[in-house]
Amino acid sequence: MPLNEPLFRMEGVSKSYGGVRALEDADLDVRAGRIHAILGENGAGKSTLIKIMAGVVAPDQGRMILDGREISFPSPAAANAAGIVCIFQELSLIPDLSVADNIVISNPPRRFGGIDRREQRRIAADALARAGASDIHPLALVKDLSLSRRQLVEIAKALARRPRVLILDEATSALTAADVSNIFVVLKRLRSEGLALLYISHRMHEIAELADDCSVFRNGRKVATYPAGSKTNAEVVELMIGREYKNVFPPKPPPVPADRPPVLECRKLSWSGRLHEISLTVRPGEIVGLGGLDGQGQRELMLALFGVLRGTTGEILIDGKPTSIASPSQAKSDAIGMALIPEDRKTEGLMLPMTVRDNLSFAALERISRHGVIDGAREQAMIEDMVRALAIRSAGVDIPVGALSGGNQQKVVIAKWLMNRPRIILLNDPTRGIDVGTKQELYVLFRRLTAEGAAILFYSTDYDELIGCCDRVLVLYDGAVKRELVGDEITEHALIASALDIDAAGPAAKAVHS
Amino acid sequence: MSDWRFRLADNRSTLLAVAIFVVMFILYISNHPAGLTANVVQTASNKAVLLAFVAMAQALVVITAGIDLSVGMIFVLTNCLASWLVVGTPLEVGFGVLAVLATGAACGAINGAIVIFGRLQPIVTTIATGAIYFGIALALRPFPGGSVDETLADALTGRVFGLVPASLLVLVAVVAMIWIPYSRSVTGRAAYATGSSEAAAYMSGVPIRRAKFVAYTLSGLLAAIGGLFLTFFTYTGDAAYASGNAYTLFSIAAVVLGGVSLFGGRGSAIGAIFGALAFRTIGDLLFVFDFDPLWQPLFQGLVLLFAVSVGAVALFRVRNRLDWFA
Amino acid sequence: MKELASPLRKFSLGGRLDPAVATAFACIVILLLIGSLYSRNFLSPEYLLQQLKVAAFLGVVASGMMLVILLGQIDLSVPWVLTVGAMMSSALAGYGGAGEVFAIPFGVACGLAIGLINGIGVAYMRIPSMIITLATNAVAQGLMVLYTGGFSPKDTASPAMRYLATGFAIPGVPNALVCWAVVGVAVVLLLTRTTFGRSIYAIGNRERAAYLSGINTRRVVMAVFAISGGLSAFGGVLLAGYASKAAQSMGDAYLLPAIAAVVLGGTSILGGRGSYLGTIAGVLLVTLLQSILSVMQMPEFGRQILYGAVIVLMLLLYGREKAIGR
Repeated sequence: MPLNEPLFRMEGVSKSYGGVRALEDADLDVRAGRIHAILGENGAGKSTLIKIMAGVVAPDQGRMILDGREISFPSPAAANAAGIVCIFQELSLIPDLSVADNIVISNPPRRFGGIDRREQRRIAADALARAGASDIHPLALVKDLSLSRRQLVEIAKALARRPRVLILDEATSALTAADVSNIFVVLKRLRSEGLALLYISHRMHEIAELADDCSVFRNGRKVATYPAGSKTNAEVVELMIGREYKNVFPPKPPPVPADRPPVLECRKLSWSGRLHEISLTVRPGEIVGLGGLDGQGQRELMLALFGVLRGTTGEILIDGKPTSIASPSQAKSDAIGMALIPEDRKTEGLMLPMTVRDNLSFAALERISRHGVIDGAREQAMIEDMVRALAIRSAGVDIPVGALSGGNQQKVVIAKWLMNRPRIILLNDPTRGIDVGTKQELYVLFRRLTAEGAAILFYSTDYDELIGCCDRVLVLYDGAVKRELVGDEITEHALIASALDIDAAGPAAKAVHS
Repeated sequence: MSDWRFRLADNRSTLLAVAIFVVMFILYISNHPAGLTANVVQTASNKAVLLAFVAMAQALVVITAGIDLSVGMIFVLTNCLASWLVVGTPLEVGFGVLAVLATGAACGAINGAIVIFGRLQPIVTTIATGAIYFGIALALRPFPGGSVDETLADALTGRVFGLVPASLLVLVAVVAMIWIPYSRSVTGRAAYATGSSEAAAYMSGVPIRRAKFVAYTLSGLLAAIGGLFLTFFTYTGDAAYASGNAYTLFSIAAVVLGGVSLFGGRGSAIGAIFGALAFRTIGDLLFVFDFDPLWQPLFQGLVLLFAVSVGAVALFRVRNRLDWFA
Repeated sequence: MKELASPLRKFSLGGRLDPAVATAFACIVILLLIGSLYSRNFLSPEYLLQQLKVAAFLGVVASGMMLVILLGQIDLSVPWVLTVGAMMSSALAGYGGAGEVFAIPFGVACGLAIGLINGIGVAYMRIPSMIITLATNAVAQGLMVLYTGGFSPKDTASPAMRYLATGFAIPGVPNALVCWAVVGVAVVLLLTRTTFGRSIYAIGNRERAAYLSGINTRRVVMAVFAISGGLSAFGGVLLAGYASKAAQSMGDAYLLPAIAAVVLGGTSILGGRGSYLGTIAGVLLVTLLQSILSVMQMPEFGRQILYGAVIVLMLLLYGREKAIGR
């Protein structure tokens, strides 16, 4: 463990946005050959910290020192030139260009005034190999790649810039488990090559596996830096939320009697080679989890139930009656009463520039109107109820929903569907990227809804949530239900074992090709 | 997969436009009373290159996810200007041509500057600047008239070696001298990147402003080349509102037929050229099949309607309805 | 926060008075003042009433255009749909008797039908609106050219059409203005008080999210295009009544002013944001601008140039988008 001078150091850096302190007096040392994890709730100042390092925003105060020399970055390009490269959460790839075009995009090799395609191809192949993704063809178009593959291209693109400090901001959130383990191998190799890595993630087990040092941020301040492994998970969460860490999950009620008729049932549901004969039942009062590695058909299953997918085979039964659902508008009708909390709140759940009021009304237009004419008083009353019931923190309902914090935005997405009083609620990773406090509120809410008679199908990428929230968990693998875990069977070990399909022959080969 | 399959997939839309044109042209020639003679090709070429230049101009802007509704008016304006300037001694003619081209480029640059620095939407910007350019054209030629150097005009609309239409050669030369270097340059790549995803291009440090500015400016230049050729064919300048409008609308049609995505980031000026050639051949086809010329607007409309509907067939293969909204 | 749910908020749909709308009205006042420098008559009630009457035709067309633009789409089929409305109603009126009775509904129905085709193309076949409306415009033109043989039609407007465009049912208030008022009130109610209106804003903001909210997005989009076609045709009916007959290119003068009016009124060309109050302001602004330029006895070319320049300047004042990046 070398204690030499850090490669990059921040001293007393502060940044405010219109009077709101986003980052206050932050110090940070980043050393070569080490992976430094940054932890903190949303709004803790992590993203501001990264943006300052990457030259996207300028700090109000403080110094940044690289190689013992004070520096400042007027633009992201200047930071790149100094060797600080950031992989942002939002993908920065251009869909209609090829992988190779994308990898060299900010500084293509030139010859005779034009782009040297041969050299570009060589650089791209080289970078892809370093990123552990040499199976991606340099001439493939980015838009034809899966989200997971695109993230690998993103990493290759960063490596092609020859960084000395590499910042990864939630870089694994879109990856399948197989790609995550690939990436971890790559990151560890980069560390051994002497790069300094800054790793931002919400996933504790990733940090436990990767990090050498950890820093925790809270409310714009750095509250602690410690060597990885020197604190328990409970202690870390306590540092992050600033209060004692208690079990965040509400107690589970006694199991729903097996003879209660299911409100939602599907039999041998298949679709387009991605879903294979899935059968499941959800009874009123139950939370049924969907587990498995990311990208094993969980999202497609929800979309299929919600009437979004075409050409599904098999049967969907509502209240025991075979029903065909051809659109979300049919799925939300009174006869079915379904709601889907989509995976991406920014593009699928909300109209960010529109007001909280408008957003809350969109899924329940039929309920607040008669013969197509909106009843303003009724709308107002329902919205007020909902804002209160979910404790949505917002300066009124007539401000753009985009101005709310991520957690409150997610509450609006859920509230807009609750306005329609659904009986069947499909949750597609509803807590992704929101803070611990709001998560806790949502868990309590889900339990309250089932107590009131709703049936919930809950997909989560976080195993702890499945364990803490669900009465039963169906583990999906390659579009099929691999195993059903009930009650006490839902353990981390069981979830992971069935997610990796370890019981089946040749697990490794299968898990990797996904 | 091997490289050529990726390259083929990448250029599929352009190749489709070429194929459509070839089929239509063969149909035309095989039904033409005179068959494939140098004369027939020359006439067809002269009629088609005008739209081809304007369609190229439109394609450059559309690739950046913009649209230029003033392109037809720049075409008319440069026609009127050429009917004043491209006359006299060879030196004067030479300067006249340069001045006309520079004016077109300047019009495009103004569009680009307003879109980039004024941060206005291209569609409304070019509607407004189109009115301005047409006003200037009207000031130059309140009534049709003027003249152009006939030696140059005849040389550029005639045949080289009595065989190859000169206008076609100029078109090829323009592609070789403007489009190919541009599409292989860093700026050209930036134009595709900007059109495909401006936010991602910004995050990647792509020179978005330069890309747009160059695209609009080159677009004006190409429209001016079209305007020059119009003068060479008609020997006059005419500030015809309907003609300017028609060229703008036809250029959009040609671009779409040529496989350039109106959402930006996909397609090529070469595709747009073949789209323009195909669109022009519609009228010729009606002629060889002995239709009343009155049927031409209807046929152009129906072909366009058909062409865009064919693209919609892919929808029936969409299994996930969310893909509609990509 | 409850007080904010006042009728004003509902009307302008953006908190207090939208700054863009306020600026547009301020520009109207400035235009009137400039006009009054040239002629005392400019502020007289007769002149203003005359302007409102002229504005009514554009107002009806712009109402449909606004709904389409709110969806984030565009309707380029206005010119010939308008002409279809005018020609078909006049044609039916020519048969006398029942023909005269059904002339107006028939003209509007023809527009609705073309609009429906646009809507099906955009909503169900996912064809970019710019191109499908261009194609239907060409088809409509083709049909009308065939119908009239390329000449101005001989049919004249029915008495009812003339009464609607030029009569006075309420003393002192031209009927054309009443027509616009009726259309305007209907659009305002549609946008602010109905689920259909909310759905339009939702789709304009993000169609994917609207679809996943269980809004029947395709039906809404189709209906909006049909309404736009119907309103364009109704504008054509009124214009035919005003001029007593239909003419070949009567619609050309309405496409760009309609788009300009909607955008000058603060409606985002990208969709999802805008109020009808703004569209009223935009229509008045465009009409007054055209009127002042002709009162100033500006030659046609100067009118075009100033018209374009003023639109660019006004948009630069308040129509700018946010810069990308932070």
